[in-house]
Amino acid sequence: MPDPGFALYVHWPFCASKCPYCDFNSHVRERVDHARWRAALLRELDWFADLTPGRRLTSVFFGGGTPSLMEPATVEAVLRRADERWGLPAGTEVTLEANPTSVEADRFRAFRAAGVNRVSLGIQALNDADLKALGRRHSAGEALGAIRLARASFDRFSFDLIYARPGQTGAAWAEELNRALDEAVGHLSLYQLTIEEGTQFHTLHQRGELVLPDEDAQADLYEMTQAVLGAAGLPAYEISNHARPGEESRHNLTYWRYGDYVGVGPGAHGRLTLPDRGKVGTRTHRAPEAWLDLVERQGSGAKPFEPVPADARLAELLMMGLRLAEGVPLARVVAETGRTLADQVDPDRLARLERQGFITLSEDRLAATEAGRARLNALLGTLLA
Amino acid sequence: MTDLSHIRNFSIIAHIDHGKSTLADRLIEFCGAIEAREMKAQLLDNMDIERERGITIKAQTVRLNYTALNGETYQLNLMDTPGHVDFAYEVSRSLAACEGSLLVVDASQGVEAQTLANVYQAIDANHEIVPVLNKIDLPAADVPRVKEQIEDVIGLDASDAVEISAKTGLNIQGVLEAICARLPAPKGDAAAPLQALIVDSWYDPYLGVVILVRVVNGELKTGSKIRFMATGATRDVDRVGIFTPKKLQIDKLGPGEMGFLTAGIKDIRDTKVGDTITEERRLAERPLPGFKPSVPVVFCGLFPADAADFEELRDSLGKLALNDASFQFETESSAALGFGFRCGFLGLLHLEIIQERLEREFNLDLVTTAPSVVYRMHMTDGTIKELHNPADMPDPVKIDFIEEPWIKATIMLPDSYLGGVLQLCTERRGVQKDLTYVGGRAMLVYELPLNEVVFDFYDRLKSISRGYASFDYQLEGYREGDLVKMSILVNNEPVDALSIIVHRSQAEYRGRMLCERLKDLIPRHMFKIPIQAAIGGRVIARETISALRKDVLAKCYGGDITRKRKLLEKQKEGKKRMRQFGEVEIPQTAFIAALRMGEE
Repeated sequence: MPDPGFALYVHWPFCASKCPYCDFNSHVRERVDHARWRAALLRELDWFADLTPGRRLTSVFFGGGTPSLMEPATVEAVLRRADERWGLPAGTEVTLEANPTSVEADRFRAFRAAGVNRVSLGIQALNDADLKALGRRHSAGEALGAIRLARASFDRFSFDLIYARPGQTGAAWAEELNRALDEAVGHLSLYQLTIEEGTQFHTLHQRGELVLPDEDAQADLYEMTQAVLGAAGLPAYEISNHARPGEESRHNLTYWRYGDYVGVGPGAHGRLTLPDRGKVGTRTHRAPEAWLDLVERQGSGAKPFEPVPADARLAELLMMGLRLAEGVPLARVVAETGRTLADQVDPDRLARLERQGFITLSEDRLAATEAGRARLNALLGTLLA
Repeated sequence: MTDLSHIRNFSIIAHIDHGKSTLADRLIEFCGAIEAREMKAQLLDNMDIERERGITIKAQTVRLNYTALNGETYQLNLMDTPGHVDFAYEVSRSLAACEGSLLVVDASQGVEAQTLANVYQAIDANHEIVPVLNKIDLPAADVPRVKEQIEDVIGLDASDAVEISAKTGLNIQGVLEAICARLPAPKGDAAAPLQALIVDSWYDPYLGVVILVRVVNGELKTGSKIRFMATGATRDVDRVGIFTPKKLQIDKLGPGEMGFLTAGIKDIRDTKVGDTITEERRLAERPLPGFKPSVPVVFCGLFPADAADFEELRDSLGKLALNDASFQFETESSAALGFGFRCGFLGLLHLEIIQERLEREFNLDLVTTAPSVVYRMHMTDGTIKELHNPADMPDPVKIDFIEEPWIKATIMLPDSYLGGVLQLCTERRGVQKDLTYVGGRAMLVYELPLNEVVFDFYDRLKSISRGYASFDYQLEGYREGDLVKMSILVNNEPVDALSIIVHRSQAEYRGRMLCERLKDLIPRHMFKIPIQAAIGGRVIARETISALRKDVLAKCYGGDITRKRKLLEKQKEGKKRMRQFGEVEIPQTAFIAALRMGEE
């Protein structure tokens, strides 16, 4: 049974501009008081560290927002404090999300010196027209430049692409995927465009001005993606994430394996198993200024923790774990909920889903097949009915 | 008590919208029975739904005092009757209480199908009939043509028809004069033992059951002990009164008079319409000729959209039945729709009205299943079973043959739409009995199976004729038919709530339509779902819902697991409104839409 790990997520909420598809907690501010933000992040990190004595970090992730806009000194200070409080063994995966417009060789060197050993680039598309449609500020040329710089600067790197864009054909996507594979080393995140509420795309979509490919076309693109990446030696280890074996994102695996993680910074979420309260969900105030104010006054911007009862833990464990090709070790079900899977899910239903080819159930593991992963919502609906 | 020779009892026969209620209002107004400030349109239609739809459902009566031009004062009893075929039974008993009728015809529209059916009933009841041409003030009015129609189609002398406009009040006095001069006075003997006919009865929350009567012989007095001749029950009369149209209590009702009585009765079913009331101390020798009881001909299931409303629905149906002895209901359970009621109605309009009253007056959200008729199953063992619900169809090998109800339909329409209507009647297995032309309009008489009519006949007729066809029918009796039960199989599992009884020749068309509709209504599943219509083991129509290919959300990090889980829980909530059939979940809305009467 792989150790789900114990991860630290640090949220940097600022972006140079807001992307029309993004519903993450990101904000555009003319000026950011970096020293003040650094101090606040450290203070909230301390606050969470007080709650989780004796845990050892297995990964750190700087996300956002655009964390490549952070001062490297802030990254360095956070990593040092994390090491002091929890221990951060050498070689622990430390990832930073970067935007192609905000990277330059000097900056990457500085982040590397600060302790970052993996970057994840938000490339999104490899042609100018689509980049513009997605509201990105970089060109395809800048994207390739950033990829090459990242490859030169870090041993491990990944980049994101968004597909199933309005009007995107299978041929165009195949061609783009092949170019991505030429540039990729060990890891690629390939997300289907999802319309999220509260985004500009949502408004356009509601008005009928933004039309996504229909379900069949999306499914075609998805299946093709799986086939192309599989053949290139980067199979999907998760619905939207592909890696050469061993190159998986250690940090994201903690989420999917339903391990504990600390979330620091405005709007960051966490899942912690506390000695006195069991599993709780944590989240902090979303508005950057409000969070900052709370941290400075109280040591943290956290809202009251939300207990996660056993049935919700089963739901979350399956919901996250079945996204992974490896599936969910049955021992994890017992560890999280205190009961076996067969005790909580109708065995007839499991047998039926297995017969239909959507899951595999071995003595020690439940996994969704490729067909099952593509239809995970329906699959979970059946499992947890 | 008025001398018999100065009493006139009459009803008004008219097609919907030809101005019956307006004329009634004008007559009441003219006789000064009600002050102007109390006037509201359609005085006699008490229910909101009657006023809104411009139809009369329950019989009403009103006494008017009119001083005629000859100086004599007459007591006029107006019996307002329902016009619609569904309430033909009410019509027949209202007519039986009168000696004459006004036949009101819209001078711009002419005779309609419904008018015909009612006027023939009045002729059967030996009524003297005074034709009244209404709306003569309209530019489109064509008095000579309509008179010709009345003479040709109905066979009534229309030469001295009263020409009026009820809307403007033109020549209302002419109507009243014609009533006094041309309608016969009732006959009766005040000294004879009491014989009073129960014309209608309804439940009043304050008075209990109110009984509308027409006294034929003897006198009906407050305080006397009466006996209901059919049931043998005896009661003391609390109140005797008349409607002016306001309730007015009086001492007694004499021969030829109409009015109401109350006698502390709680259940409407104790007062059988058509029964004769006599006096306990001096019994009449024999009852008056009664009426045939009304029998529901159309059935459908009514289910609460929210299962929690079941008891409320039961209470509401009970309350409606208090006032409507022709409405029947019994508990039914369906795998698809849960607990509800199988309800019997006099016809489709009756069904619609009950449904609308439940939704409006009782605030219930209802699921109505496809209406079906009553089939007679002649079993091989010689017994006969009545089938009200397709789901209860016995094993076909035990059925010798099946009979279905047929109707005689009269359709009147402008002849330009004749082709389409003939085709519709043929498609619906109709047998043409008559086709005549009168003044640019065609009158069609067809025999049709009722089950073809309850499906969507009205709607199709309306759309084919752009609303110009009028339609009426009467039950003709039962005939043997090649009827089969068509089952619907979803993912190879039969779904009983979707099965229908259909003529073999219509099965394929209906089956294909139902399968196509279900295909759009059942969401994609993780596997493909065949939908089949079958008769016995033979599949006659088939559709396939292709499998869901992908529904997973691309992105699930950012750590907000709670939100994703809540989405999942919401999805689970949605499933509660689904019904499980084998491995397939069918949304309740699919049943509603698939079973909804008619095509979309």
